[in-house]
Amino acid sequence: MSEKKAIRVAYGEALAALGETNDKIVALDADLSHSTMTYKFADKFPERFFNAGIAEANMVDMAVGLASMGYIPFVSTFAIFGTGRAYDQVRNGCAYGNFNVKFAMSHAGVTLGEDGGSHQAIEDICLMRVIPRMTVIVPCDANEAARAVKAMVETEGPMYLRMARMPSPVLDMDMPFTIGKANVLREGTDAVIFACGILVDAALHAAEALKEEGIDAAVVNVHTIKPLDEETIVAYARKCKKVVTAEEHSVIGGLGDAVASALLGKGDFKFKKIGVQDRFGQSGKPFDLLEEYGLTAKDIANAVKGL
Amino acid sequence: MDIMDLEKTCRAVRRDIINLTADAASGHPGGSLSSVEIVVTLFFDKMHVDPTDPKMTDRDRFVLSKGHAAPCYYGVLAERGFFDRSAFKSFRQINGILQGHPDVLKCPGVDASTGSLGQGISIAVGMALGARLSGNGARVYTLLGDGELQEGQVWEAAMAAAHYKLDNLTVIIDHNGLQIDGSNDQVMSLGNIKDKFTAFGFEVVEVADGNDLKQISDAFDVPVAGKPKCILAHTLKGKGVSYMEGQVDWHGKGPNEEQRQIALKDLAEPEGADPEKISVLDNRTGAEGCA
Repeated sequence: MSEKKAIRVAYGEALAALGETNDKIVALDADLSHSTMTYKFADKFPERFFNAGIAEANMVDMAVGLASMGYIPFVSTFAIFGTGRAYDQVRNGCAYGNFNVKFAMSHAGVTLGEDGGSHQAIEDICLMRVIPRMTVIVPCDANEAARAVKAMVETEGPMYLRMARMPSPVLDMDMPFTIGKANVLREGTDAVIFACGILVDAALHAAEALKEEGIDAAVVNVHTIKPLDEETIVAYARKCKKVVTAEEHSVIGGLGDAVASALLGKGDFKFKKIGVQDRFGQSGKPFDLLEEYGLTAKDIANAVKGL
Repeated sequence: MDIMDLEKTCRAVRRDIINLTADAASGHPGGSLSSVEIVVTLFFDKMHVDPTDPKMTDRDRFVLSKGHAAPCYYGVLAERGFFDRSAFKSFRQINGILQGHPDVLKCPGVDASTGSLGQGISIAVGMALGARLSGNGARVYTLLGDGELQEGQVWEAAMAAAHYKLDNLTVIIDHNGLQIDGSNDQVMSLGNIKDKFTAFGFEVVEVADGNDLKQISDAFDVPVAGKPKCILAHTLKGKGVSYMEGQVDWHGKGPNEEQRQIALKDLAEPEGADPEKISVLDNRTGAEGCA
């Protein structure tokens, strides 16, 4: 078993480390700094950390103001509040004016767990990718989260970083990170699994299980949902013909729909989306919820076999 | 700047508002006319800005939180020289720099895209935090409508401004008492605005006549330390145009040709008008870019 580390912890560490070399980075939080891990930045750079209190709408627009003064604000809270409650601020205040604000939101997906459906964002990728100019990144593990944060600092424009709460496996793989460039983690010819976030690890396990049944599945880590690496997606879909997408998000408007759009008119494919099937989340232990919502390696493997 | 010159500029901006909204056959003349003295005083007398260098780092910032008063803003920016008046043709037209509500990416002199009410004040709070952090000395001003105070976000922002002791921030309320569906009291009572901002931690300066240049100027000059300032300016919606004054109907529509002429007569220079300052647009022949 590989080492486990929460993606949000890697985010907090990366932000605090980057703060050392880049004095333009500032951070904002809405009374959740010990959950989103921005406290690591706040402890080191108290003058560059702004707690907005429990007021997400104001927080997002304060970040816009800071960005307009030349700073690089990282805005953190739970994904449900940052992308839902403050949607108009993200859209009209930030993206419409192309401000350089980085939305790094944690506790996305059903693996938030016990707090229940009111707190589990299953639509945030959809909400963010539909906004013009918005980049959407869903890192698969702690190492990728750290690389993503660095790339976000180095790249101008509004961006959304989607992070999970629970410790998740750190993939023992050498993965470069370029915004908009998917990583092929496993070659295969019979089927391709396009995955993001913590379901990348599940996809790798699914491919391993399928191998034992004589099915050779490729696994592609689509860490950037927008801009989407259409070239890699079309190439692997054409090579494998059978396509499965896997995400801890609604099957409406997320990675699956993005991949489906990219493949429109590009050939004949068999296609299945693994994700939350148009339901709200609920309380439960994170990994029980993955089972309940059909988001496990077994579900992914079965989807491949069903095509 | 001499007060006579400012009065003249205010009249010119008011004519701009009428021409812009008449040409576009839409837009928001009422709340634009009530804001004129406030915005003119800022851009011609109080703010450190340079029209030839609109992105100058240490410039003072202005955020029109009541973004629908764009015709006033555009009139002031043009009179101040941020862009050529020929751009007026593009107001509310496709591919124009003068969008229905201010667009930071299109219009020189605009520092935030506004129009969704309640957001501009939060952006201004962020700017004030940034100005203080960078130590560049910039001051930040934001103009809100009174109906806008019904947005909960305004009070989130007010709380933050006081919490962070932003004495480089001035929030101005254009209190003309009217909004789209009627008076503030008919739609959603605002209660005692002065007491509310005071309770939130602001130093509130009330201006009895917010369309009086001297009173507005004096309010900006009141020194405040250690807390944000709020100027509560009692104004007249539609100020300066006989048939628009105090009329809720003129919140969001443009005058027709006949009404334009009456308005321009109301706003004419008292005597020996300087032709340079009079804004008369050619009749629109079609949408044109203005870059």
